Amino acid sequence: MSSPSASVPVRLEYRNVTMRFAERGGQRALTAVRGVSFAVGDGEVVSLIGPSGCGKSTLLNIGSGLMAPSEGTALVDGAPVAGPNAHVAFMLQKDLLLPWRAVAENVMFGVEIQGVAAAERRRRAANLLAQFNLAEFSDHYPHQLSGGMRQRVALARTLAVDPHVLLLDEPFSAVDAQTRMLLQRDLAQTLAREQKTALLITHDLFEAVTLSDRVLVMSRRPGAIVDEITIDVPGRDDPIARRADPRVASYVARLMERLDIAHAPLERQPAEGDA
Amino acid sequence: MKPGGDSSMRKGAGASLALLVIFLAAWQWGPGALGVPSFIVPPLSMVGAEFVHAFAFDHLLLHTGVTIGEVLAGFALGSLLGALFGYLLGMSPTAELALSPYILALQIAPKVAFAPLFILWMGFTIYPKILVAVLIVFFPVMVNVLTALRNVDPDLINLARAFKATRAQIFWKVEFPASLPPMFAGLRIGATLAVVGVVVGELVGGDVGLGYLLTFGEGQANTPLVFVSIVMLTLVGGIAYLAVVLVERRVLHYLPARGIAENS
Repeated sequence: MSSPSASVPVRLEYRNVTMRFAERGGQRALTAVRGVSFAVGDGEVVSLIGPSGCGKSTLLNIGSGLMAPSEGTALVDGAPVAGPNAHVAFMLQKDLLLPWRAVAENVMFGVEIQGVAAAERRRRAANLLAQFNLAEFSDHYPHQLSGGMRQRVALARTLAVDPHVLLLDEPFSAVDAQTRMLLQRDLAQTLAREQKTALLITHDLFEAVTLSDRVLVMSRRPGAIVDEITIDVPGRDDPIARRADPRVASYVARLMERLDIAHAPLERQPAEGDA
Repeated sequence: MKPGGDSSMRKGAGASLALLVIFLAAWQWGPGALGVPSFIVPPLSMVGAEFVHAFAFDHLLLHTGVTIGEVLAGFALGSLLGALFGYLLGMSPTAELALSPYILALQIAPKVAFAPLFILWMGFTIYPKILVAVLIVFFPVMVNVLTALRNVDPDLINLARAFKATRAQIFWKVEFPASLPPMFAGLRIGATLAVVGVVVGELVGGDVGLGYLLTFGEGQANTPLVFVSIVMLTLVGGIAYLAVVLVERRVLHYLPARGIAENS
């Protein structure tokens, strides 16, 4: 299951990925994700939702090459991921801006590491900042910006390396609701215009439905994919307009039902970051 | 700047100045009024006269210069070594584990107690004074750098790794700049401690430096000279501290403005 239509080349793929962590002190292993397989096609946006601690972030770390799976493989452009990969870039809930770098220098962080020539770095940063209406803040420092602006700078930094695949881990969950909608629109427009492939982890069901072509639902730990919903609503590049479509509400209702949100007990939430 | 910056700053500066005037006046007339003899607390004018006298006949400038030189050398060497060890230990958890009990022991040991030992080893030269200062400056700088490296957000390191950064790139682009604010906090502490180290060294043995001048004044029951030495030492420490703050402001210009006397 979980494949894009046959005509589109696959950009990102998880093949039977299982991840176990040694429990602190003990011999027992904790299985974070078990037997996860899915593929994301070129230009497709897929969201991953599921309860806290179901291993969503683990999948993202495996995709970006920061972690090696216990079993199975992650593939980018058909090649197994054996470590960090220049075609994949990730963005987290934390903006991770470097406080000693001005905005433009933060945007250039990735391309600088990858050894892109200085003139080209500056050109890309200027383009992206103009695109996100941040040109006049190029020389500001992160502490001078609002949370939403900082997150847009982080998105510009992610796009500056011109990745084939974007891995987004709850990128907007730390900003207020209105800013979030504007950021979602910026992201959706950029993904559509640049034909980027993205895997988006989110807790926000509306975000998952309005931004994605498909939504994958994961189970409680050990996380496995238990459902896949193709979002058949036009206008993926405009989530604010898409939100008004009545079908969106029914998709969200179905996701709520699938996640059993109405009946889920309020339990101690494990830290998402370590799972 | 703090909110309400200008007017509250001017008020604060005015109050500081008023306090200084009151303090100096109390120093000048207080002892006489309270019947304290001048060999216990000499009034301000006597200390002022002694300052001129020491400048002319007791080589005050030479003593001050020697002390400044020792402070500079001790501070520079101590902070350099402290930073170096901080980075080395910060990057090698094994080395830190192996060395941490000894570092802790050395940190607990009162460094000034080494002064007589160093003088036994190196004689009445400037070197034992510099060495005490080195030892005393080393720890705050090392500990701050080490803690800073420990506290770098692992997600920042992962971000750099995901961009395929080499170990050296991670150090120079993330860890090193992240360590600078705590390092400067350590350097500020070190700047004032360097003066303490040097003075203790000079008190214990030698025939030059403000610490020596202090004991010389004491031996002659010349209380004004003791006061002159203390004032000069405070001045040296203050200038050292201010110099660090000025460099810090340039280097850490990206941080929101802070006050001079702020500790961290």
